[in-house]
Amino acid sequence: MSYVPDNLKYTASHEWLEDLGEGVYRVGITEFAQAQLGDIVFVELPEMDESYAQEDECGVVESVKTASDIYAPLVGTITAINDALEDTPELINDSPFDDGWIFEMKIDDDADLGSLLSAEDYRNSIADEE
Amino acid sequence: MKKTVLNDAHRKAGAKMVDFGGWDMPINYGSQIEEHHAVRQHVGMFDVSHMTVIDIQGPEATEFLYHLLANDITKLNINQALYSTMLNHEGGVIDDLITYKISDTSYRVVVNAGTREKDLAWFEKEIAEFDAFMIEQDDTAIIAVQGPKAIETLQPLIDLDLSELKRFYATHNEIMFVGRTGYTGEDGVELIVPSEAAAALWQKLIEAGVKPCGLGARDTLRLEAGMHLYGQDMDENITPLECGLGWTLRKENQEFNGAEALQALREAGINKKLIGLVLEGRGVLRHDQTLIDDEGHQGIITSGGYSPSTEKAIAMAVVDKGMNADSVQVQIRNKKLPCRIVKLPFVRNGKSMIED
Repeated sequence: MSYVPDNLKYTASHEWLEDLGEGVYRVGITEFAQAQLGDIVFVELPEMDESYAQEDECGVVESVKTASDIYAPLVGTITAINDALEDTPELINDSPFDDGWIFEMKIDDDADLGSLLSAEDYRNSIADEE
Repeated sequence: MKKTVLNDAHRKAGAKMVDFGGWDMPINYGSQIEEHHAVRQHVGMFDVSHMTVIDIQGPEATEFLYHLLANDITKLNINQALYSTMLNHEGGVIDDLITYKISDTSYRVVVNAGTREKDLAWFEKEIAEFDAFMIEQDDTAIIAVQGPKAIETLQPLIDLDLSELKRFYATHNEIMFVGRTGYTGEDGVELIVPSEAAAALWQKLIEAGVKPCGLGARDTLRLEAGMHLYGQDMDENITPLECGLGWTLRKENQEFNGAEALQALREAGINKKLIGLVLEGRGVLRHDQTLIDDEGHQGIITSGGYSPSTEKAIAMAVVDKGMNADSVQVQIRNKKLPCRIVKLPFVRNGKSMIED
């Protein structure tokens, strides 16, 4: 079983969100997602201050095997990106919920949060794939 | 799904298994990059038992293979191996394969797993005119032991003497066939053993420090070595002359299948070539990405990926002959990124050959 922290929110496309307060959320991909991808060798980060609609492609994670889009989990604007991933993309493999975070965004509308999955929902959604 | 005799061993070792052309095969045992480095720097092994072993025997075995293959089987010494393509009448590549000469009337051929059915059918059709016959060895396993430490690690475990075994030669006894060949660009051997002996040998190799490696690492290793993958870098719709395999074609006595088509192509002019590519900036080159230069020449990446040994994105591509090395760009998603054309291989004997 992959580790799925209880304090985070999730999307069906394997992003996690951490509530940093004041409408800002930190986003990465889950441990399950990084294990599926294999060794990660390149990350294309979103642009700072760029605005995205929910489910817009906002970046790419490439592993030895494949390229996988990252989607904006909510409507909002990018407020931080994890520059360390440019030189050390393997941080996502080593520490998907911590050092391997990808970007932070300030969301436009709290109501969108309702579309996210709880830890339990996400665990159930990946249970069949494990 | 078909399983090799080592399937249980892979699962016990925690392999991530994938469907590889109908075979349940390990893609990696954890980290593909660690497995890649093990082969470049030490020694690793691959289960390639899904590949097909066919023995060709009979008074006209040599004549048959001379007709069937585009390379020159007659130049082989006893126990020597040959890489060749097998062409259709249009000059397209049906498969690429390794042939070992056992004796003047006996050869061993190893063909790709994904092409097994059509290869066997083609062999069967073509062999009819010759006094020769074929035996598929379907109760064998193949283990490729590859890396700079391959020979010294393997030697204490087997009865055959490897000290005199030259590259691209084989040796064998009743139970084991050892070819000093591989698909990684490193020294090493491919072992063909009876299925019942495979699991014990695999275990002995693990205990001797040989790292099990999946088909993922096999792909990045062969790409760095500039070796073709059938179905990507060539298939029935391209001739060896257009995909970097002209060196495998024999120059004399052009009476092999496809020779006439190749001659017609030479006279009409060869418009495509295979090149090595390195991405200048950040990103990953992938199969099927398109290339273009400032004069409108086009191309397509046939094999691409991240190269763990050089830490660059590398690729092989089939391009218009006039492709301008100074302005070639690759389309990756919505961006055009500059690439550099380089000589193959990208890596030889553990060292990057890419010039800065």
